[in-house]
Amino acid sequence: MDFETIIGLEVHAQLLTETKIFCNCSTEFGASPNSHTCPVCLGMPGVLPVLNKKVVEYAMKMALATNCTINGRNVFARKNYFYPDLPKGYQISQYAYPLAEHGYIMIETGEGPRRIGITRIHMEEDAGKLIHDDHNPVSYVDLNRTGVPLIEIVGEPDIRSPEEAAEYLRRLHEILVYLEICDGNMEEGSFRCDANVSIRPRGQKEFGTRTELKNMNSFRNVQRALEYEVKRQQYLVENGETIIQETRLWDDAQGVTNPMRSKEEAHDYRYFPDPDLVPVVVDQAWVAEIRSGLPELPQAKRERFIREYAISAYDAGVLTSGKALAEYYEEVVNLCGKPKIAANWVMGDVLKFLNEDRRTIRECPIAARSLADMIGLIEEGTISGKIAKEVIAGMYATGKAPREIIREKGLVQITDEGELAKTVAAIIEANPGQLADYRGGKEKLFGFFVGQVMKATQGKANPKLVNDLLRKMLAG
Amino acid sequence: MELHQLTIHELQEKIRSGGVSALQIAESVFLRINAVEDRVHAYIRLMKEEAMAAAARADESIQKGDLQPLTGIPIALKDIVCTRGIPTTCGSRILHNFVPPYNATVVEKLAQAGAVFVGKANMDEFAMGSSTETSAFGPTRNPWDLERIPGGSSGGSAAAVAAGECIASIGSDTGGSIRQPAALCGVVGMKPTYGRVSRFGLIAFASSLDQIGPFTRDVEDCAIMMNVLAGYDPKESTSVRAEVPDYRQFIGRDVQGWRIGIPEEYFIEGIDPEVSAAVRNAVETIRRCGASIVEISLPHTRYCVAVYYIIAPAEASSNLARYDGVRYGFRAADARDLAEMYQMSRRQGFGAEVKRRIMIGTYALSAGYYDAYYGKASQVRALIRRDFDEAFTKCDAILTPTSPTPAFRLGEKTDDPLQMYLSDIFTISANLAGIPGISVPCGFSASGLPIGVQFLAGHFEEGKLLQLASAYEKSAAVEKRRPAL
Repeated sequence: MDFETIIGLEVHAQLLTETKIFCNCSTEFGASPNSHTCPVCLGMPGVLPVLNKKVVEYAMKMALATNCTINGRNVFARKNYFYPDLPKGYQISQYAYPLAEHGYIMIETGEGPRRIGITRIHMEEDAGKLIHDDHNPVSYVDLNRTGVPLIEIVGEPDIRSPEEAAEYLRRLHEILVYLEICDGNMEEGSFRCDANVSIRPRGQKEFGTRTELKNMNSFRNVQRALEYEVKRQQYLVENGETIIQETRLWDDAQGVTNPMRSKEEAHDYRYFPDPDLVPVVVDQAWVAEIRSGLPELPQAKRERFIREYAISAYDAGVLTSGKALAEYYEEVVNLCGKPKIAANWVMGDVLKFLNEDRRTIRECPIAARSLADMIGLIEEGTISGKIAKEVIAGMYATGKAPREIIREKGLVQITDEGELAKTVAAIIEANPGQLADYRGGKEKLFGFFVGQVMKATQGKANPKLVNDLLRKMLAG
Repeated sequence: MELHQLTIHELQEKIRSGGVSALQIAESVFLRINAVEDRVHAYIRLMKEEAMAAAARADESIQKGDLQPLTGIPIALKDIVCTRGIPTTCGSRILHNFVPPYNATVVEKLAQAGAVFVGKANMDEFAMGSSTETSAFGPTRNPWDLERIPGGSSGGSAAAVAAGECIASIGSDTGGSIRQPAALCGVVGMKPTYGRVSRFGLIAFASSLDQIGPFTRDVEDCAIMMNVLAGYDPKESTSVRAEVPDYRQFIGRDVQGWRIGIPEEYFIEGIDPEVSAAVRNAVETIRRCGASIVEISLPHTRYCVAVYYIIAPAEASSNLARYDGVRYGFRAADARDLAEMYQMSRRQGFGAEVKRRIMIGTYALSAGYYDAYYGKASQVRALIRRDFDEAFTKCDAILTPTSPTPAFRLGEKTDDPLQMYLSDIFTISANLAGIPGISVPCGFSASGLPIGVQFLAGHFEEGKLLQLASAYEKSAAVEKRRPAL
């Protein structure tokens, strides 16, 4: 049977505010347990939440960046359930009146760009963390994370394959990081994803029974979990079995999804508007202010790079994959005026060095100014492209300017025709057999002579000059 | 007259003239407590040591000529407001050992104003009740008749003022929990406008209805207390940034030409005839004050109790979820797993009335019932509010009975929750509408039980209420009696 896959993703992103959403505690990750807590985030009797305005602003940035409509009046609601990591016995979230709705982002697929709808974006508080003692029947509660601000981005069931799901997540992740409102760290849980997935025979209108997948902490795992789950569902349908609507956990080690115990998901959250908070009123002026402060988003930047710098879509994609990288590249281009050559050096050597050292572009020892200078030195013939490889390695290792590296290593290109002619003559003289063959018609041997000259000059000879001299002198 | 029987303003005069010290006042109050507390049981916890130290500090301030609005005045705090370092139980076993590391904003304000805290007053568990019988620490008795209840839920606070065990006190009012016990104990009690007095540190029962207010011996004292309590608090999102007038300026002004609304829906069958007579008498007194009486209608009155008993329990079911035995308060021993720890801690930690309301509220918010219950109740609540908005276009204030009956006997209604809920039939609407209300003594039943009259005004019109109540108090000249303890 030919099946169509239907996927909808829910993403939780931790916002990079300095303080929590309803109190003044720090949001810093990794502090000693319960050191970032106060009576408010501990849920003590009689304390009250006061909304951190920064959270609304950050959430609005994401809403505008994903083409959502911002609700002029949005309301915090309580999601009620018992768990030891939830001190109040309810999570403050948004339900009937979220911050923003009706958005979308564009993703690239094999069949061209596709629009994936965003149902809603709402603000909420994070829960704490339980630490179970492996040797004793004891669990510890760390409430540092309690009250750290989150946005939940609920996507429409518009995604049609696990690959598209991963692509959608990468795009969302990229936007969040571009906006500098989320650090995007999936391992620390700053960016989390749950997936709803179902299948239906192609052409059928109604959705099939869906399952919800949790516990996937990388783009790759999301894709693997979905691939597994789609196969599992197909197997069930093809064998006349029924799909149960349930929550399933991805088991990374086994590469399978397993049902969560039903007890853990039998929740009636009894949402109702939180009477301790007033509705958030967002007027047009505020929206305009946030909109005007938005940076250029990755998609727009990619399109502009292709247009302005005449580089390929692939190159533009790589160069805009991070805001800092794109800024670095543009700085180099602005300084050297050679967008294509700059793209090759940034994507080639610079990113290779950084990846090897697991460094980000912000930690790159090569200043944009230096890279631009180096490209200029190649252009004016001071160094060859080959020497430049050595120069850039030196720049990366030491952080020094290219001229300094060239001087220290004596790498200046030989452009003195008289000096080079002597070397060429000596090489021709030392290889009479090859000379005879060349003159006899074996023109391929030209390359041999070039190689010999380069070897003799340790690669410092100006290649154009070598070619010219050889052509003249080999001809006799 | 003994010091513990005086009002705040009388004591202030004595302090100012150098006649008495704060220590003398505190000693008088604690002597009275020694004499009557074992019969009244107004307090869950006395704070004698702290009070004496505070009184000594007050005397130092007095020596320096630094007189704050409540310097040296002994005040009782309902055990629902958090006091740093002092156990705060909310009348519940589940918080029997809870010691807050913070003060409620009102506690800070009162301390700043020089108040001397006498103790934590008894109350219905989590303020759920109208008789103070649901307290996990035993009932408070009405100082006027020890066989009777003092009203509730702030029964301890009301009884303490009536019995001379403090000069004034703090209560909280979610559906009448200040005004009803004030009426039943023969003292003045005000529920301010929602948002007027900070709720920070007030242990929540129903967050959209709860409001802190004072119990005092007369209307002027009420104004003095409101001057200290009222004001914006950045720690509370529902606190309102509205200007706070000097409430004392409203005392002694006349109400010539005011229109006082009498809602037909509040003069129903089933009101105790003595209450009815006393309140009709109050209407005549108001007329004598130069105000005109206008008949008004609050057509959605009959839905108030029903709406209240959906909204308040719904909010409570969520507010009380934090008492789970995990972090503080009571935790049942011997639970075998997490679910059992929750169940046993809450089963053993909460009393019957609290559990009843948690169940009602949980039901009202459940999937499939929300729209029919909580959703509908919220809509009707908006209509009730609109009733008042319209009424206040026709009158300056509204007059009603505070409670349909004088104090009833202990145990009389404990087996009949619905009868108990009807004790608040005249007070609930003000909480639903968010408007201020005050109960002022208006007489006694033949058997010597106090009766109260309630005045209601529009949002942030506490000044108007005080002006009307003080004019009434002066004109009515209700006989000054003291409970024969």
